[in-house]
Amino acid sequence: MSLEIEAPAIAVGDRTARRRSGGPGIIIWLCLGWLVLVVLVAIFADVLAPYAYTEQSLLSRLKPPAPLGGDWSYPLGTDGLGRDVLSRLIYATRMSVIIALAGSLIGATVGTLVGFAAAHFRGWIEDVIMVLVDFQASMPFLIVVLAVLAFFGNSLELFLVIVGLHGWETYARVTRGLVLQANGQNYAFAIRTLGVHPVQVYLRHILPNILSILIVQVTLNFPDLILLETSLSFLGLGIQPPQTSLGLMLGEGRSYLATAWWMGVPAGIVIFMTTLSISLAGDWLRDRLDPTLKTTDN
Amino acid sequence: MRASFLLSKVLRGLITLFLAMTFAFLVLRLAGDPVSLMLPDDTPPDVINRYQEIYGLDRSLPEQYLRYIGGLLHGDFGYSFRDGRPALDVVLERVPQTLILGAAGFFITSVIGICAGIVAALKRGTPVDIAAMGFAVFGHSMPNFFFGIVMILLFAMTWRILPSSGTGSLAHLIMPAITLGIGGAGSIARFTRSSMLEVLHQPFMRTARAKGLKPARRVILHAVPNAAIPVITVLGLRLGGIVAGAVVVETVFAWPGVGQLLVTAVGQRDLAVVQTIVLLVALTMVLVNFLVDVAYGWLDPRMARTGKETA
Repeated sequence: MSLEIEAPAIAVGDRTARRRSGGPGIIIWLCLGWLVLVVLVAIFADVLAPYAYTEQSLLSRLKPPAPLGGDWSYPLGTDGLGRDVLSRLIYATRMSVIIALAGSLIGATVGTLVGFAAAHFRGWIEDVIMVLVDFQASMPFLIVVLAVLAFFGNSLELFLVIVGLHGWETYARVTRGLVLQANGQNYAFAIRTLGVHPVQVYLRHILPNILSILIVQVTLNFPDLILLETSLSFLGLGIQPPQTSLGLMLGEGRSYLATAWWMGVPAGIVIFMTTLSISLAGDWLRDRLDPTLKTTDN
Repeated sequence: MRASFLLSKVLRGLITLFLAMTFAFLVLRLAGDPVSLMLPDDTPPDVINRYQEIYGLDRSLPEQYLRYIGGLLHGDFGYSFRDGRPALDVVLERVPQTLILGAAGFFITSVIGICAGIVAALKRGTPVDIAAMGFAVFGHSMPNFFFGIVMILLFAMTWRILPSSGTGSLAHLIMPAITLGIGGAGSIARFTRSSMLEVLHQPFMRTARAKGLKPARRVILHAVPNAAIPVITVLGLRLGGIVAGAVVVETVFAWPGVGQLLVTAVGQRDLAVVQTIVLLVALTMVLVNFLVDVAYGWLDPRMARTGKETA
């Protein structure tokens, strides 16, 4: 059904690829720096946030950010309920990062296992798995997710599972291809003739050999996960109040665009900077780790 | 070989459709009894039984499944819980608006993407290339809902040159179409660029140059058609992105299409409407994927012969 087409590396990646022997360029360092910052903010949200993200102060509603005439007790201003935008931004970042990380973990684990199963059993099991992979790849995932949410209602657990299912088919397809390739190689054959259990062969010998390509796949999938979560929350169908996430903040800020744009725009900027950084860093990582995807530019 | 190539594609399309129908049926039934969802809590049991009979819910699950499939094949998609009209009608009346928006977005994706990609490949390594690829990364990473909101802030609220939402004129279409098309344009630009670079290195391009052909002629007649083959397939596959993007973009700009209907229907748990949209999307995706496969076999006869999918 779907043709397997990898997005080619981009210009910034090209330039860093030429510096393959050297370190990452300045842009990549900036991206990595931003990502470290985001992770630190997510970890230390409780310490960093000046207020609780639900704390309301109805007397100071819709205050603009401090540089635009607000006061410094609310550096990024306040929202329609008088909640501190900076504090909400910090907690929203934590929520979005946690969901994307957990989703990556679920998707990578499920997909890799299924890929191993397809390559190990072959026959009808492989056929069934590949049909499912095709199905998942040919349906826009957002539509499937919306259907599931309509039928089952919304809960954080279900939402995590759904986000985790995004991208399993890529891992499954990549793993299956790599394992089939590895199975045909002498080292796997040699270990197998020694009588080692198949699970041992896969876990201790083949998995370490294909791990770097799977890690690259995680970085390619991660921005999509962030966008999926934020899109759904933006539509009001993902994270539900009083919890908050970057998409939800932007969605809530939408109704205040004319009067208080600062409610949503900072969240949008954080989403954009994060997906941008992971994309660029991921391309760089791909050039470094995955020799099979070398572009034709060299 | 050609017939078997087409046949295998048709078969896979049918399997996908069948899976989509089964998926819709399963979640529909797992979600619980639609009758009790639809009727008020204090409805007498005999009324509930009566409705369950009408909807065939008193029958066994396999029988329900067969009747469900049979109904779909006869165009019976169930009724909207909200206003009791056939779900198919509710969805179909929204389709034209989504087609307009989708076509405009797709136009922007292909024109901007292909032009930027070709220029970047020809001017490789220059500031033009870097700018074009910078744009590509931007389009790829920018969430469409945020892009739409920034556009509304600038063009509708600050400068007041475009309407912020709704439909009715060409001016209404500009911002939604750009928002919908820009992300795809980025990835198409990247793809066109690398496809062009590959072709520009081919021996036949050297031959064309040795023959003394003018650069413009070389690029337009020799390079572009060869580079187009993979780009066209990727454009076809972008359709999924357009469909998913339309859901968000229509909501941001209050565009009265299928995407906006889907979001409202999910919020109200109007299951028949959601299910109809899922099946409609599945059908569209299968048809487009099939056309892409056929076009690919036609543009690149090597593929139809070997039946191999190459990247």
